[in-house]
Amino acid sequence: MCASPPMTTSGEDVDYALRVSDLGKSYVKADGTGFRLHQVTMDLPMGYIMGLIGPNGAGKSTLIRLLLNMTRRDSGEISILGRDPLSQEEEVKADLGVVFDSIYFLEAWKVKAVEPVMAPMYPSWDSDRYHDYLRRFGLQENRRIGKLSRGMQMKLMLAVALSHDARLLILDEPTSGLDVLARDELMDILLDYIGDGRHSVLFSTHITADLERVADFVTYINRGSVFYTGPKDELMEAFHIVRGGPDDLSRAQMPHLMGLQRSATGFEALVPTEHLKDFLASASPAAVEPSDGRYLVEWADFDNIIRLTAGSPAATDRNKEVES
Amino acid sequence: MKLIISSLSGQPIYRQIEDQIRSAILTGDLKAGEGLPSLRHLSQELRVSVLTVTRAYTELAQEGLVENIQGKGTFVADSGDQVMRRHLEDRVQSLLGEAVDTARRAGMEPDRIRGLLDGLLGDKGSAPASEEGKE
Repeated sequence: MCASPPMTTSGEDVDYALRVSDLGKSYVKADGTGFRLHQVTMDLPMGYIMGLIGPNGAGKSTLIRLLLNMTRRDSGEISILGRDPLSQEEEVKADLGVVFDSIYFLEAWKVKAVEPVMAPMYPSWDSDRYHDYLRRFGLQENRRIGKLSRGMQMKLMLAVALSHDARLLILDEPTSGLDVLARDELMDILLDYIGDGRHSVLFSTHITADLERVADFVTYINRGSVFYTGPKDELMEAFHIVRGGPDDLSRAQMPHLMGLQRSATGFEALVPTEHLKDFLASASPAAVEPSDGRYLVEWADFDNIIRLTAGSPAATDRNKEVES
Repeated sequence: MKLIISSLSGQPIYRQIEDQIRSAILTGDLKAGEGLPSLRHLSQELRVSVLTVTRAYTELAQEGLVENIQGKGTFVADSGDQVMRRHLEDRVQSLLGEAVDTARRAGMEPDRIRGLLDGLLGDKGSAPASEEGKE
């Protein structure tokens, strides 16, 4: 399972908004334990949306901080719209729009204090567009930033990110703490933003429902390594989740599954789609049809995939076998 | 064009788009030469990813139902409805073949089989629905 170039029915050449290869970073966390982001490789073609998923602490935020030059990489290459953010920091900054999971403006400021600070940082600042977004998002210039709701603070950062002709938007957990309406609105804004094919989005989230619809590509990071990167639809078809009673799982089936949770009432197994037949056939007695009543077989969604693979080194190793 | 996408059906979204466009072509709601919405436009309308729509269009193009014309967009192929009809006729033939085989194994007489078929033709169209559900 690796990234394949996207199908393009229009025949356009594939340019990349973002290319990352063999990126590595080690550091010691505040609690004294070590963390390592290891050989991260991923490509986001221009004009598409990529979601970054994984459990908390998997390395999503570290990856984003590396992309934004907020922390220095130990190894590997990063190219943002063809430029290296280390050697061409100013050019890259102008091309990037960034939204963090918490507001980076002073809470004591009023909304109207933001533009005079931000505008001079960007040569292509578009004041009319910024004010359009403030109106569209219902952001009042006299409100104090600290008094804004979480959703409104996100929209304020988004208004800034969208007002200087950024070609790549990077959003770190933009939907956490947002209600379903605000999340829908954000998804519409993102789809609209990439609508001309020249703009791209990378966003990390643990609300996978957002991603399951709008993301073109997905990168799943687990324990500092890339578990999967490629078209979202391929990951959504890569696994089934099989549920059965406590006695319905035989030893012979174990090699065909990638993740397992047992409880007193039964088990849940994550089974690669290409192994599903073998998994059912090696049950005792063999299950011929997925629907023979013993097992409940469904497509595994992202939550299932993360839940049943996160934290299991065996699962990661098995995936490498599948990949190679 | 009407498209209804379920996020709970368990069927991949590209497949839902594909199926609905296919049946729109078959029923004549989409006519030969008619343009499909652009990838990015449909993606925004349905609030699904561009690649998902691309995949649906690509598969329809591979079946010969639609054509991609460089720089212009995607159009219902001239013979799209015929290709589709032929597809379905092939499928009916193979399903009927299977039914006849099964009936022979059950020792049913040809007249009995014809009678069953006539009966089914009388109350129209319950069979295709159950076949869809199987896939």
